[in-house]
Amino acid sequence: MVESNWSNILQIKNLKKYFGGVKAVDSCDFEVEKGKITALIGPNGAGKSTVFNLVLGLINPDSGKVVFNGKNITGLKPEDISNLGISRLFQQTRLFNNLTVKENLLLAMDNKDVKFWKNLLGGNKVGKDKEKRIEQMLGLVGMEKFKNKISRDLSYGQKRLVELIRAVLKPHIFLMLDEPVAGVNPKLRKSIKGLLLKLKYQGETILLIEHDINFAFSVSDEVIVMHQGKILAKGTPTQIKNNPKVLEAYLGEQFSAGSS
Amino acid sequence: MISAYLIHLLILIGIYLILAISLQLSVGFTGLLNLGHIAFYAIGAYISALLALAGLPFWFCFLLAGIGAMFFGFLLAISTNKLKGDYLALATLAFTFVIYAITLNWTGLTRGPLGLPGIPKPSLFGFTFSDNFSFLVLVFVIALISYLIITRITKSPFGRVLEAIRDDELATRVLGKNTFKMKSYALGISAFFAGIAGSLYAYYITFIDPSSFTLSQLIPVLAIVIIGGLASLKGTIIATIILVLLPEPLRFVGFPSSIIGPARQMIYALLLLLILIKKPRGLYGRIELE
Repeated sequence: MVESNWSNILQIKNLKKYFGGVKAVDSCDFEVEKGKITALIGPNGAGKSTVFNLVLGLINPDSGKVVFNGKNITGLKPEDISNLGISRLFQQTRLFNNLTVKENLLLAMDNKDVKFWKNLLGGNKVGKDKEKRIEQMLGLVGMEKFKNKISRDLSYGQKRLVELIRAVLKPHIFLMLDEPVAGVNPKLRKSIKGLLLKLKYQGETILLIEHDINFAFSVSDEVIVMHQGKILAKGTPTQIKNNPKVLEAYLGEQFSAGSS
Repeated sequence: MISAYLIHLLILIGIYLILAISLQLSVGFTGLLNLGHIAFYAIGAYISALLALAGLPFWFCFLLAGIGAMFFGFLLAISTNKLKGDYLALATLAFTFVIYAITLNWTGLTRGPLGLPGIPKPSLFGFTFSDNFSFLVLVFVIALISYLIITRITKSPFGRVLEAIRDDELATRVLGKNTFKMKSYALGISAFFAGIAGSLYAYYITFIDPSSFTLSQLIPVLAIVIIGGLASLKGTIIATIILVLLPEPLRFVGFPSSIIGPARQMIYALLLLLILIKKPRGLYGRIELE
C-alpha cells in the first residue's frame, strides 16, 4: 500500500554493502522527510554514492532494506524503481552524447510514448506542451539557444546543467542529486542553488550528495554525515556545525584546511 | 545482354539494402555489435526455401521467413542481454557459426552441402514473377517498405530510446526505460528484415547452400554499415550501391573467377581503410562511440 501522507519519503533500514573487505555501507539508518532538502555529506569514500546506487537498485545490498514512499523497493530493477518516482543525477556526466539537448530532455519526459507498436502505427509528434516545458526549463538556466546542439559539443558546466534539468523533467516525487555543483564555476553554482531552492518551494523533496560543505549548509534543511560507511550524525546545518564528533572526524580538518 | 546484367545488379543492391539497413538498426542505432546478422539471413532463406519446396505460397513463405528469423532474434537477445560491446560481438559471432554448422550438418532437413535446388519462382495474387525484371520490381517495393518502416522506427520516441541505449544504457534504465525489452525489439526487428532478405535471395537464386551464409558474407554488409556511417540510413543506401557495384568492373577485365573473388575482398578492405582514414565516422556518420 502506498500511503499518500507518509512523512518520510525514503527510509534506509540497517543497510549493508561490503566490497570484499571494504565496508562501503555499514548498518546505515536514515530517513528523508518530504518537502525538504537533505544533504548527505562525508569525506571521499564514505559510502555516499554507494547509498545512492543501493537506493536505485544499481547494486544489491548484502542486508537491510530501502523503503520508498511506504513500499519496500530492495532488490527491484533500476527502471522499476525509477518509475516509482525517483529521479537521479549521476556524479559523472551521463548525457546521451550523440543526441541533442532537446532529445536528451525528451527522453526523460516521454516514458509512456515509447511503446513500440504505438510508435510504429500512431503519430509521433512532439507535443506542444513538452516543447514549451523544455524551453521554459532551459530558459531558467539561460540555455534556450542550446536546444538543438549535440550534447557532446557542450562544455562541462553546460552538460551539468542539462543533466540537472533532465533529472528535474523526469516524472518524479523524489530527486537524488549526486554532487550537482562539483567542478562548476561560482556563477553557475549560484544559479543551481537558486534552482534547487525554487524546486523546494514548489514542494520537491531533494536528497543531495555534496562535497562543498558551505554549499550543503546553505541550501539544506537537514544534514546527514557519513563516515566510513556509517552514519556519524544527523541534524540541521547548525547542529551539525556545532557537533564535536563531526568537527573532529571530518569538518574540523576541512574547516581548518579551508580557512588557512 | 547488358540490361539483364544491370537488373541482376539492381536486385542484389535491393537485397543488400534490406540487409544493411536492418543491421544498421541493431549496430548503428542501438549500439549492439551484432555479428549474427548473416545467421538471420540464413534462417530466413532456409525457412523460405523449405516451405516453398513444400508447395506453400510465396507470401506465406516470405512472411514466415521474417517471423522465424525474428523469433531467433528474440532468443539471441534474451541470451545475450547482459553482454556488451566485444563480448556481445563474440556471442553473436558464435551464433553465426552455430547456424552455419546446422545448415551444413542437419542433412535430413537442409541436405547439407548439396543445398536446396529448384525453389519455384514466387507468385502473388495470381501473378508469377517469372522474369528478372518483375522480380526487381518486387525487391524494390519490399526494400522501399523496409526502408520506410525502419526510418519510422528510428525517428520515433522509441528510436530515441534505442539511441539512448547505445550512448549510455545504465542512464537509460535510470530514466525508467526497460532497456532489455527495447534491445530485444531492436534485435528482433533487425532479424525480421534479415530474414525477409534471405527469403528474397532464395527465391531469386532458386538454389541455396550453406556457403552463401558464412562469415565472409557478413563482411560486405558490415562494411556497408561502417562506410555509410553508423546511424545514417542515407549513408547506408549510398554505401550499398557503391559496394555492390565497385567490384563489378573486374568482370570485364577478363580475370579468371578465382582471382575476382579474392580481389573483391581486397577492394572492400582497401575501401574500408581509405574511408576510415579520411572519414572516421563514415560517409554520413554523425555519431561517436565511446
